[in-house]
Amino acid sequence: MLAFTIRRLVQSIVVMLVVALIAFVMFRFVGDPVDQMVGLETTLEERAQLREQLGLNDPVPVQFVRFIGKAAQFNFGTSYQFKRPVAELIGDRLPATLELSFVAAAFALIVGIPMGVYTALRRDSWLSKFFLTVSLVGVSLPTFLIGIILIFIFAVNLQILPSFGRGAVVDLGWWSTGLLTASGLKALILPAVTLGLFQMTLIMRLVRSEMLEVLRTDFIKFARARGIKNRAVNFGHALKNTLVPVITITGLQLGSIIAFAIITETVFQWPGMGLLFLQAVQNVDIPIMAAYLLLIAFLFVAINLVVDILYVFVDPRIRIAGAAT
Amino acid sequence: MSHVTGEGAGAGTAGRPQDEAPSSLLARALDSDIWYSFKRSKVTIVAAAVTALYFASALFAPWIAPHNPSDLASLSLLDSLNPPAWIEGGTTTFVLGTDDQGRDVLSAILYGSRISLAVGFVSVLLAAFLGITLGLVSGYVGGRTDSIIMRIADVQLTFPAILIALLIDGSVRGVLGGINREESAFYVLVASIGLSFWVQYARTVRSSTLVEKNKEYVQAARLIGLHPAIIMARHVLPNVMGPVLVVATINLALAIITEATLSFLGVGIPPTQPSLGTLIRIGNDFLFSGEWWITIFPGIALAILVLAVNLLGDWLRDALNPKLR
Amino acid sequence: MSLRKITTTLVGAAAAVGIMAGAASAETTFKFAFQGTLKSLDPYSLNETFTLGTLGNVYEGLTRRGPDLQILPALAESWEVVEPTRWRFKLRQGVKFHNGNDFTADDVVFSAERVRSEGSDLKSRIQPDVVFEKVDDHTVDVILASPNPILHYEWDTWAIIDKEWAEANDSVRVTSASDEVATTISLEANGTGPFKITSHEGGVSTTFAANTDWWDHGNKKHNVDTVEFSTIASDATRVAALLSGEMDLVYPIPVQDIKRVNDNDATVAMTGPELRTIFLGMDQMRDELLYSNIKGKNPFKDVRVRQAFYHAIDIEAIKSKVMRDLSTPSAIMISPFMFDNADQFSRLEYNPDGAKALLAEAGYADGFEVGMDCPNDRYVNDEAICQAIVAMLARVGVTVNLNAQPKAQYFAKVLASGGFDTSFYLLGWTPGSFDSWNVLTNLHGCRDEKGEGGLFNLGGYCNEAVDKLSADVLVENDPAKRLQLITDAYKMTTEEVAHIPLHQQGLAWGVSSSIDLAQRADNQLMLYYVNKN
Repeated sequence: MLAFTIRRLVQSIVVMLVVALIAFVMFRFVGDPVDQMVGLETTLEERAQLREQLGLNDPVPVQFVRFIGKAAQFNFGTSYQFKRPVAELIGDRLPATLELSFVAAAFALIVGIPMGVYTALRRDSWLSKFFLTVSLVGVSLPTFLIGIILIFIFAVNLQILPSFGRGAVVDLGWWSTGLLTASGLKALILPAVTLGLFQMTLIMRLVRSEMLEVLRTDFIKFARARGIKNRAVNFGHALKNTLVPVITITGLQLGSIIAFAIITETVFQWPGMGLLFLQAVQNVDIPIMAAYLLLIAFLFVAINLVVDILYVFVDPRIRIAGAAT
Repeated sequence: MSHVTGEGAGAGTAGRPQDEAPSSLLARALDSDIWYSFKRSKVTIVAAAVTALYFASALFAPWIAPHNPSDLASLSLLDSLNPPAWIEGGTTTFVLGTDDQGRDVLSAILYGSRISLAVGFVSVLLAAFLGITLGLVSGYVGGRTDSIIMRIADVQLTFPAILIALLIDGSVRGVLGGINREESAFYVLVASIGLSFWVQYARTVRSSTLVEKNKEYVQAARLIGLHPAIIMARHVLPNVMGPVLVVATINLALAIITEATLSFLGVGIPPTQPSLGTLIRIGNDFLFSGEWWITIFPGIALAILVLAVNLLGDWLRDALNPKLR
Repeated sequence: MSLRKITTTLVGAAAAVGIMAGAASAETTFKFAFQGTLKSLDPYSLNETFTLGTLGNVYEGLTRRGPDLQILPALAESWEVVEPTRWRFKLRQGVKFHNGNDFTADDVVFSAERVRSEGSDLKSRIQPDVVFEKVDDHTVDVILASPNPILHYEWDTWAIIDKEWAEANDSVRVTSASDEVATTISLEANGTGPFKITSHEGGVSTTFAANTDWWDHGNKKHNVDTVEFSTIASDATRVAALLSGEMDLVYPIPVQDIKRVNDNDATVAMTGPELRTIFLGMDQMRDELLYSNIKGKNPFKDVRVRQAFYHAIDIEAIKSKVMRDLSTPSAIMISPFMFDNADQFSRLEYNPDGAKALLAEAGYADGFEVGMDCPNDRYVNDEAICQAIVAMLARVGVTVNLNAQPKAQYFAKVLASGGFDTSFYLLGWTPGSFDSWNVLTNLHGCRDEKGEGGLFNLGGYCNEAVDKLSADVLVENDPAKRLQLITDAYKMTTEEVAHIPLHQQGLAWGVSSSIDLAQRADNQLMLYYVNKN
């Protein structure tokens, strides 16, 4: 078990290094950061000088080693646009993205699981079909359009929810939260729904198909045969067995929620990392891009790792497979 | 470690020792049960008809469309922003109105569907090819190879489609300087979407392969000295095609949506030969100003297409799952 | 640093519905949003309109500009040209920086050094050979190498920095991107202006408070106590924030949304002319175009081809359909606001048949293919304009392959740093000095491959006679003669179709009906003209 964990840890570090390398090589082609750092009237000599100062003329391997060396000490350099340490900038923006992502995931679970259970238990009911179809509409429109339409309805026409931003936030140490103020909570609704809609559909469908399968297994049949009440069978046995894969997938999806937050954050001007990253891409702010990608990679790898390890604990059958790989 | 599946499509066949022996895909396809379940589901028939209609109109767009939106010489700014025919100011020449460049919206939708479907189809093919190959090898060969491939999959997972697209697009632009954008954009999209989707296939195929590998018929084939490649292609592959087909269908829908999303981030098909996503993105700018038809009609077209494909995928999943019949 | 940390708490993204009401007083808060971001607070780190304009509410220069852009005294009470090469500036007395320090001649001399030091992006504000001499605490002499009538034209955006404060806070150097630690001046502001910055979160939001100790506070035109600025990059979201009443001012608004904003009871669209001229340029330097099917020669070297392109463009259609009438078609490369003889020039008429004939005459009866570079997030509807032009040229037989890109990639490609990698492009230009000499050198001046000469003459147009006139303009102190020289130069460049001017784009701001403010043609928002009823 310990050996397994250590092996996975080492592998994870390798994964991170590879991600960093790939990202780094690609940055070479994204554009010239110097053009974005200076005004139009800056001369060629000054540009060349700046490029030299930033170390952009060094060979990629040299730049990469320098970057990794610093990154290992949590120093991601200074943002080209903001002239501030990237670690600080990301620290400022991280809470916004994480809050949005977790609330979106919670929304997806809270709405998705009951809908999934219902559609599995009442497979042929009119309402089930309605749920299934409506939830599909949610994934049939691009996120940005859903966001704009929500803004149009709830901010412009009804004027009950804000169209952008985080509202008032409260600082808890270095963590700024919008969950403690009324305006912060209101501001969270539209972005969280926009971001969570897709996952909600995913979870609903997953719960449904898992439920359907579990309901057909022998142990459920035995349970029924033993005369256990329907409700107890459905929720006590079936749902419980369904939740393991659901939680796994939700965990794994958390990474992609954070990545997809880029679009939601852009539409709602949500001051999170995704917005920071997109601005960085537009302005060729390499330090921010590199740090963001590493952070995303770290989150994915960490979630993967935790899920894998949890799995080994939860499901003894995997332990054999885990030992074999 | 066969837990990580995409939409749970492969979850059913994965790591459950009590699975009955799956029959081959071919046999299943000819199985009248599927045909029966198809005939029984009105929704599925409609979805299939709609999907077929889209493919047909995409194929025959040059003959069906009233105008050729890519023939720039035929566009006139004086025709721009015409409302749909049934609204005051509209003409029957442009049934669904025109966009800001004087492009006929109906024709643009027909040609746009063609591009969107092409992007979706080709990227799914690419993802499936990569995923199936790697999944087969990973599952069949096992050991170190398996470990490496699965870690590559981890790396891949850290890069969601939108990040990959932003990076690839940036690099391609950097190298080509944006020349031939109309062509390069297509390949950028196909590569980014294809690359981000293969993991699902690989994991699905791998887990099925792990099960098949230990079956007696495979052991027998190995004993008589058949080449592993032949065993994989002839014996293992047909048995894993079911889940693959389901994943592919759902991915087709997802790919089309992803294409639209990417165009919002500025890495989609350029507006001179717009895809559905590009049309929606352009129209987005006119949503508040009252020229809703520029975005709503392409939006509806996209939603219907994705919905139909998703419904087909749903049905396919249920139909191919023997336990649900 | 600590200031920022503490105050961000209250600000967030400013969508807060009256969260400031905690004070329960009748504080007037003005909220505005812009599409771009305020990145560094160092007033010399970026030569860009929004940054300079916004910081212009906090920092001040020796001069300032009024609502109609006329030059007015600010930190300098008055100035006179003592000799053609010596200017004397009398500084305003009793002015204090926000931290309470006195403003003196030392600060001016210090700022003159700093603005020309390494890392400054505003070096062009003062020529390197200009010397600043402190005469007494409130008098500064500026000594020039040669006469320069427009010496102080851009000094409204040359902020004066407190020497003592900069030295005490390690902010003498201009903040550079290679710095490991942010300097104080990039995070905090200490100017003399009408507003103080109370909190700043780069790229997200900034709050200002009225400076009641401002030297001109007695004559103040504004009535706001606090100002909250937020970046809202997405057009639709920005307009939504105005329509929903969350914002008092958002700018720019897309031209197509002007009607919507006006139809809404609580908002109006303020429109006005902007100084920027949008134009097309053609590579006239290379012997063979980089992006064309014509090999061995360069069609743009033939003036008939350039004229044909000009004739092919239906500028009125662009104006009414793409710009929704919010543009002024232009025959010259500078706004008529900055050039008095503009009425002597007229555009080549829209005449597709004539264009075809000219192309045939030049030997391109069947047209040709050319690649076009265009930004898609820089100017008002830039990509739509390019698309329209592509369609118009298609009608005279020229096939244009459009390459529309975000400004980062676009500028990296077409500017000097990218080796002028373009054959045909769309660009916009505002002379920072509001003067024609800037246009004549930057856009029309002959250049070499590296851009020495006309740095923004991307097509490499070159006429020695124009260069000669431009050199004369620089040192001519007599206004009438100067105007004539400029007019002569423009005559030559329009005759030869050095560029194809399109229009001056318009400004469009969305404003709440309760707000009264001045919209300056340089698109800078001056908070001291803002009144909220």
